[in-house]
Amino acid sequence: MGPQEFAYLLQGLAWTLVLTAMGFVGGIAFGIIVALMRVSQVTWIRMIAIGWIGLFQGTPLLMQLFVAYFGLPLLGFNLPAWAAVGIALTAHASAFLGDIWRGAIQAVPRGQTEAAMALGLHTRSLMIDVIMPQAFKLSLPATVGFLVQLLKGTSLAAIVGFIELTRAGSIVSNQIYRPLLVFGVVGAMYFAMCWPLSLWGRNIERRMSAGASR
Amino acid sequence: MTLDFSVVTDAWQSLAFGALGTLFLAIAGMSIATVIGVLGVAILRAQMRVPSFLVTAFVEVIRNTPFLVQIYFIFFALPLAGVRLNPTITAILALGLNGGAYAIEIIRGGVESIPTGQTEAGLALGLHKHEVFRFIVLKPAIRAIYPSLSSQFILLTLTTSICTSISAYELTSVGQRIEAETFRSFETYFTLTGIYLVISLATMWLLAEIGRRAFNYPQR
Repeated sequence: MGPQEFAYLLQGLAWTLVLTAMGFVGGIAFGIIVALMRVSQVTWIRMIAIGWIGLFQGTPLLMQLFVAYFGLPLLGFNLPAWAAVGIALTAHASAFLGDIWRGAIQAVPRGQTEAAMALGLHTRSLMIDVIMPQAFKLSLPATVGFLVQLLKGTSLAAIVGFIELTRAGSIVSNQIYRPLLVFGVVGAMYFAMCWPLSLWGRNIERRMSAGASR
Repeated sequence: MTLDFSVVTDAWQSLAFGALGTLFLAIAGMSIATVIGVLGVAILRAQMRVPSFLVTAFVEVIRNTPFLVQIYFIFFALPLAGVRLNPTITAILALGLNGGAYAIEIIRGGVESIPTGQTEAGLALGLHKHEVFRFIVLKPAIRAIYPSLSSQFILLTLTTSICTSISAYELTSVGQRIEAETFRSFETYFTLTGIYLVISLATMWLLAEIGRRAFNYPQR
C-alpha cells in the first residue's frame, strides 16, 4: 500500500468523522426534544416519542439508511448522498440519545422535583435548572458509549455507496488485491478513534460510581 | 411519485424465507456468542496473565471496530488461511465472534455481581472450583444478566442485515435481489424495515415472556 492509497483512506476517514459529527450534533438537538417528549405528562406526546424510539431501536441502521437514501428523493428532496445519510444518522441518534436521556431524567431522585416544586419553581425552570444538569452528568457514560456506536455505524454508509473510511478501504483493496492489509489498516483507524472514547466513557463511569458509594 | 408495492407482495415467499434466514443467522450467531462469552469469562477468572490479556484484547478490538470491517476481514482472511466456507457460514462465524465480545462483557458483569462471600461459602463446603463456578456463580448470574443478554440478542438480529455485504442468505440480501430485478428501491427497503420491526418486536415479547417464566422464583 503506497502513500497514495493511504491518503485515499485518510480522505475516507475525514468523511467518517464528518458523518459522525453530523449525526451526533443533530442527534443531540433532536434527542433532547425526544427525551422531553418521552417524559411528558401528556399521553399522546409520550406515545409519539415511544413510537419514534421503538421504530429506530427495532430496525437495522442499514434499513434506516436505505429508506432515507431512496425515500427522501421520492418526497421531492433532491439531496446529495452525504445529506441523506446525515439525516438518517441524525434521526437514528435522536431516538437512541432520547432514550438514554429519558433514563437519566428518570434517574434523578424524585425528591429533587419535589424540592423544586416546594420552592415554587416553574416547570421550565424545574427542568432546565434542576433536573437536566443532574441528568446530563448521569447520562455521560451512556452518551459516550453511543458516540462510539454511531462512529462505527457510519461504516454502513459504505453499503449505500457513500465513500467514507470502509468504502475507501473496499476500493483500495480492489485495486491492490491486499484485502487483509487494507482492512487491517482500516480497522486500526477505527480502533484508534473508538478506543480512547470507550476508555474515557468507562473512566467517567468509574468516577461516578466511586462518588455514588460515598 | 407513484409507489408500486406489488413487486414486493409478489415476492412474499422469498421474503418469508429471507426472514427465516435472518432468524437462523441470529440464533446460530447468538449460540456461538454465548459459548465464547462463557469461555472468555472462565479464562478471565482463571487469572493467568497471557490468556487474560488475549481475551481482553479480543473484547476491546471487537467492541471498538465496525462489524462491517470485521466481516470483510474474516471473509477475506479465511480463504487465505485455506478455509473455504460459504458466505452464510462465514456470516455466522463473524456474528458469533462479534456477539461473543459483548457477551463476555455482559457475563463478566453478572459474575461480578455475585458476592464473594457466596463463592467462599461454596469452597468452604468442599465444592470444587469448577462446581462453585457452575452452580453458585453462573446460575444466579444468568438471571442477573438475562435482560442485557436479551437486548444483545435483538441487536445481533438487527446486525445480521449487514451480512448482505458478503451475500449471506438473509432478509436484506433477498431484498437487494428484488431491488436489482425491479428497481423499486424504496418499496423494497420500506417493506424490509417493516418486517425487521415485526421480527424484533415479536422477539422482544417472546424473550420477556421466557424471562418471566424461567426466573419466576423469589430473589433472596
